[in-house]
Amino acid sequence: MPENEAIFEVRNLRKYFSLKLGFLKALKGGSLLVRAVDNVSFKIGKGEIFGLVGESGCGKTTTGRVAIRLLDPTAGKIFFEGKEITSFPHEEMRKLRRLMQIIFQDPYESLNPRMSVFDAVSEPIRVQELEHEEDKITKMVNDNLLHMGLAPPEEFLYRFPHEISGGQRQRVAVARALVTNPEFLVADEPVSMLDASIRVEVSKLMLDLVKNRGISMLYITHDIALARYMCDRIGVMYLGEIVEQGSTESVLMEPLHPYTNALMLAVPVPDPTARRLKVVVKGEVANPVAPPSGCRFHPRCPKAQDICKTQKPELREIEPGRLVACHFPEGK
Amino acid sequence: MANVQEELLKVNNLVMHYQTLRGPVKAVDRISFDLKKGEALGLVGESGCGKTSAMLSILRLLPSNARVINGEIIFEDRNLLKIPKKEFNRNIRWKKISVIFQGAMNALHPMIPVGEQITEAIMLHEHLNQKEASERAGKLLDLVGVGASRIGRYAHELSGGMKQRCMIAMSLASNPDLVIADEPTTALDVIISAQVLKMIKDLQRKLNISVIVVTHDLSMVAEICEKIAIMYAGKMVETGDIKKVFGEPKHPYTQGLIGAFPSVLGSKRVLKSIPGSPPDLLDPPRGCSFHPRCPYALEVCRKEEPGITKIEENWIVACHLYR
Repeated sequence: MPENEAIFEVRNLRKYFSLKLGFLKALKGGSLLVRAVDNVSFKIGKGEIFGLVGESGCGKTTTGRVAIRLLDPTAGKIFFEGKEITSFPHEEMRKLRRLMQIIFQDPYESLNPRMSVFDAVSEPIRVQELEHEEDKITKMVNDNLLHMGLAPPEEFLYRFPHEISGGQRQRVAVARALVTNPEFLVADEPVSMLDASIRVEVSKLMLDLVKNRGISMLYITHDIALARYMCDRIGVMYLGEIVEQGSTESVLMEPLHPYTNALMLAVPVPDPTARRLKVVVKGEVANPVAPPSGCRFHPRCPKAQDICKTQKPELREIEPGRLVACHFPEGK
Repeated sequence: MANVQEELLKVNNLVMHYQTLRGPVKAVDRISFDLKKGEALGLVGESGCGKTSAMLSILRLLPSNARVINGEIIFEDRNLLKIPKKEFNRNIRWKKISVIFQGAMNALHPMIPVGEQITEAIMLHEHLNQKEASERAGKLLDLVGVGASRIGRYAHELSGGMKQRCMIAMSLASNPDLVIADEPTTALDVIISAQVLKMIKDLQRKLNISVIVVTHDLSMVAEICEKIAIMYAGKMVETGDIKKVFGEPKHPYTQGLIGAFPSVLGSKRVLKSIPGSPPDLLDPPRGCSFHPRCPYALEVCRKEEPGITKIEENWIVACHLYR
C-alpha cells in the first residue's frame, strides 16, 4: 500500500473497560481493567480493504467501534483524511458520519422493526440533510437498493424487516450504510449470520460496490477463509493486540507468528482429500483482565522460550509491509 | 476402514410435517439414508432445510405439533417409530442413540456440577450405584480431555470448549452406538472448534461409534465425515461417499454449495453463489423444489418432482439431469 494515501489510521489505540467489582472488593480499592484493545496501530489506504481477524474476545469489534468513535478510546489517536478526529466534538463527528459508516453483524437487530425499508435507507439522507426533495430521496434509495441486488426496489420499499429474509435484511443494512456515499466503512462480521449460499452473494456485491466506489473498508471477521476473499491486507489480533500484519496472501500462506500458523491449521477446509485439521496449540485464550506476562501468547505457544515469558515482543517490520510481534517468527 | 460393516441405521422415506395455522409445513419430505457401524455421516443443508427436524424425528424429540406421516427408521433391525414411547425413552434414547446439542453453553444445568449431571445420565440408563457411576463419569471426563479433577465444577466455571467437551462426555454416558451431533461447534472459536472436532473423530474411531453430524458447514463435514447427505427444502438431494461427492458433485445445489465455500488452501478460486433464496416450505415450488434457483432447470423440472438416480453403489442424486 502506498503510505502517503492512507485515508484512515489509528495510532497506539487503547480501549480499556473497567470491570464492576463487588462492594467489598471496591472498598479495598483498586479496579480491574479489561484491556480490550491494547496498543493497536494500522493504516488503511484509499480503496483498500483491511481485515481484522481473530477469535472472539480478541478486541476486533471494539477496535472497529472505537475507529469510528462509537466508543471513545482510552488512549491513542485516530486519523481520517489526514485530520486527527480523536477528540472531535459531538457536532463535528455527526457531520463526519456521512463519510464514515458501519455495518453491524446482525441484521435482525440492526434494523428498526418499525421502520420500513424506505424509512431505514432514507433516514441517513435526512439526518445528514443530503437532499430535501422527496423525488430525489426516493431515487437515491432506489438506486442503492438496486446496487445491493434488491430488484425491483419498489417491491421492497414499503416492507418491514420481518417481511424480508435475513439475506435481504443485510442487503438493506448495506444499502443504508452506502446511501450517504461514505469514504470509509467498518463492516463487523457482515455476513456471519447468513446461510452459506447467501453469504457469498452478499459478500460479492459488497466487494464490487466497495471496489467500484473506491471506498476504504475495515473488515472485521473470525472467518479466515472469507477474509482471504475480501481483504487486501489483514491484521491478526490476539488478546487485544495485533500480532501479525501484512498482505492477506502473504500472512495466510506464510504465517510468521505461531498464533497465525495455529489458526490456519485449525481452519477446516471444504475438501475431504486435504484433511489436515491440526491442533498445534493447547489451552484456550487467557483472561484479558490478567493477560500473561511477556508475549501474551506464550502459555499456548509451541515455540515459547524463556524470553517470551518476560519480554514482550514488539511489532516489528520484517519485510516491507510485513509486521510481526514474535521473538521467534516462523521460518526466520 | 470400509470393509464389510454391519448396517446400523436405515431411514426410509421419512415424511414429517409440522401442523401450523397456515397449513402443514413439509419439513421432512421422503428422505432416505443409511449409516453403517463406525461410520460418520454429515447431514448438511442451510437453515430451514429440515436437517434438525430429521434428527429430532430419529430421536423422537419432536414438538407436539409435529407428525411423522410416513416412513420408517430402522435401527438395529427395529423400527424406532413403532417402539412404545416408554421403552424408547428407557432403552433407546441416550442408551443407544445419544445427542450432542447445539450451544453447549445452554444445555448444561447451571446449578448442578457437571460431573453430577453426567453421573445422573449414567445412573438413569445403567445399573450402577452412585459410586460406580461417579467413577465412570470421571473416566469419561478424562476421555474428553476435561479431566476427572473437574468433576465438581459448575458450568459457569468452565469455558465454552470445556462445556462442549462435558456435553460430549455426557453423550457417551452409556456407550451408545450412535451419537448425533447438532452443530457441535457453533459459538466455539476456530482453534477450540478444531480441538472438539478432532476429539469427536478420535472417539468415533476409538470406540467404533457411528456419528451423524448435523451442520450447515461443509468444511466441517469434509474434515471429519466419510459420508455426506445434502438436504434442500425438506428433501434429500444427494448422498454418497464424501470424496466422490466433493470430487464430482452431481446435483446443481451440491455444486453450488461447494462452490460457495471459501478455502484457505490452494489458489484463490472464484466463489460461486446461488441466486435467490430457499423456498417457503408452506408452499414449496412445484416440481423440483430447487428449480427456481437452478442454472440448468429444464421444462420437466418445473412440473415433475425428480426421482432418485443411482450414480453408483452408495451414491444417489435426485435430479432430472441424471435420468
